[in-house]
Amino acid sequence: MLEKQFKVIADTGIHARPATLLVQAASKYDSDIQLEFKDKKVNLKSIMGVMSLGIGQGADIKIIADGNDEQEAINGLQETLNKEGLAE
Amino acid sequence: MSFLQGIAASSGIAIAKAYRLVEPDLSFEKTTVENAEAEINRFQEALNKAKGELEAIREKANQELGADKAAIFEAHLLVLSDPELIAPIEDKIKTDLVNAEFALKETTDMFITMFESMENEYMKERAADIRDVTKRVMSHLLGVHLANPSMISEEVVVVAEDLTPSDTAQLNRKYVKGFTTDIGGRTSHSAIMARSLEIPAVVGTKKATEEINNGDLVIVDGLKGEIHINPTPEVVASYEKVAAQYEEQKAEWAKLVNEKTVSSDGVHVELAANIGTPNDLEGVVNNGGEAVGLYRTEFLYMGRDQLPTEDEQFESYKAVLEGMKGKPVVVRTLDIGGDKELPYLDLPKEMNPFLGFRAIRLCLEEQDIFRTQLRALLRASSYGNLKIMFPMIATLNEFRAAKALLEEEKANLTKEGVKVADKIELGIMVEIPSTAVLADQFAKEVDFFSIGTNDLIQYTMAADRMNERVSYLYQPYNPSILRLVKMVIDAAHKEGKWAGMCGEMAGDETAIPLLLGLGLDEFSMSATSILKARSQILKLSKKEMEELATNALQMSTTEEVMEAVKAATKLS
Repeated sequence: MLEKQFKVIADTGIHARPATLLVQAASKYDSDIQLEFKDKKVNLKSIMGVMSLGIGQGADIKIIADGNDEQEAINGLQETLNKEGLAE
Repeated sequence: MSFLQGIAASSGIAIAKAYRLVEPDLSFEKTTVENAEAEINRFQEALNKAKGELEAIREKANQELGADKAAIFEAHLLVLSDPELIAPIEDKIKTDLVNAEFALKETTDMFITMFESMENEYMKERAADIRDVTKRVMSHLLGVHLANPSMISEEVVVVAEDLTPSDTAQLNRKYVKGFTTDIGGRTSHSAIMARSLEIPAVVGTKKATEEINNGDLVIVDGLKGEIHINPTPEVVASYEKVAAQYEEQKAEWAKLVNEKTVSSDGVHVELAANIGTPNDLEGVVNNGGEAVGLYRTEFLYMGRDQLPTEDEQFESYKAVLEGMKGKPVVVRTLDIGGDKELPYLDLPKEMNPFLGFRAIRLCLEEQDIFRTQLRALLRASSYGNLKIMFPMIATLNEFRAAKALLEEEKANLTKEGVKVADKIELGIMVEIPSTAVLADQFAKEVDFFSIGTNDLIQYTMAADRMNERVSYLYQPYNPSILRLVKMVIDAAHKEGKWAGMCGEMAGDETAIPLLLGLGLDEFSMSATSILKARSQILKLSKKEMEELATNALQMSTTEEVMEAVKAATKLS
């Protein structure tokens, strides 16, 4: 199991388009991937789960991957977050 | 054949078969199933069909409307692939042995309730997305037809109760020749969309969906606001002629894109456009707008869950100023309150919202909101020809207070080293009778007036413009209104200032001769009305219209004025 912390920098937070991008990226991997925010954990492959967190700018989030491609998953998601200017 | 009268929302003529865009019956019974596996397969099948449709819709939206508009369907597709939604539905079928319809409804209802109960406005709206996709899967389970406007492949007239943004996003300009709705007015979303897509439309017919069946031949007369259902061949033939003439006329008007707007005796007036967002600029340029006469900044504040930041506003204002390449852009500061609500401001409901806490009244009280907008405007001022106007000014003190705040922010920005244009004209909307009556005093302090006729008429006539039962009092040509307009124009000219008009009246065929005669300097209207107005003014003599206006001011009723305009201009 691997996990990594991020800080959300997008001024819209993780709503709408960012949430869509993130879920699409996560769905590419076999591993179970979870998103943690304020002690709440949701399935990162679930658009409704991600949106229900209501993550705003400045939030500290954690991504947890567990499975045979967990390393690729963490790397890939980090790339998406950075490339889209969502979090660092 | 039958006939419906509605409101002409977008001009032009359309003749085509009706395509009803109405809600199907999605009711069902809860039943027990014996073979859960087979039921899950049935659910999967419906799910896959729904996904297939959404993918096709997304592709189409992507090609025709751009990635922005297609993004919503991307999100819808993800909902249908959401493991947290699909697994519970399948579990329910397996453990409770219920039909897929019931399992789908139970599960999605739970999510809808969850999203609806969230505090954040944006989240609340997500409930609508879930409802939307559920409907699509349900229609496949039940085998009923869900209208798919984006998949229309022959020329049609769309018939609906109302058209939502997501409906209109799916309409294909190539096949949708016109539309008609039961509800709505000239300023409702469906009407605005129709004008920007240049599709003829008649809204507010009250019973289009009741009277029109799929496949009926329908004529949409967007010039007169009429709908003809299954017309006789004679009526069709005469409308084909009208349509051809209208197309010819539009081609004629199109030649005037780069012409100056000059009366037959050589007097120039400015034809400007009303816009709501930077996206509207394309229409302004294509229709030969000489300026933006009214930039409604409300749209920046609407459809979101918090106030727009100074930077966000700055980017929008800058985009409009640069897009107009040095031509004037009159920005109206926030006109919110009244009928235009912002849920996140949490303003109390009022008995008389049009007479209440709105526009400049709100801005002078909630100074943080106002100062943010003023700073964004001042920062953008160095990118073009910016003019600022304040809405709903009733007293000179209100104008002075607003101006003082602007000066303060200007000084602050200069201190911070931000470049601000030297000269920014500062004006007011004249929409309250007290201001029109005292225009001579205002004219000494403001740089320009812009007459907002929709409100000026409603306040002068004491007739709520949202109330259909008093709509007969909406009388732009009433001599009382004309006299107020004249007072404003004369007051401006006496001090060497200019007077414009933004509002429906400025683009109105009957009003234009009168306004030209009264000496109006700037006419601001929907971009799509500009070329028609230009072609009209080119043929009018200012001197003759002055005579017409002088006579009209001495008349006693609207009807007399309309007759006089007809006689003087040979309008039909």
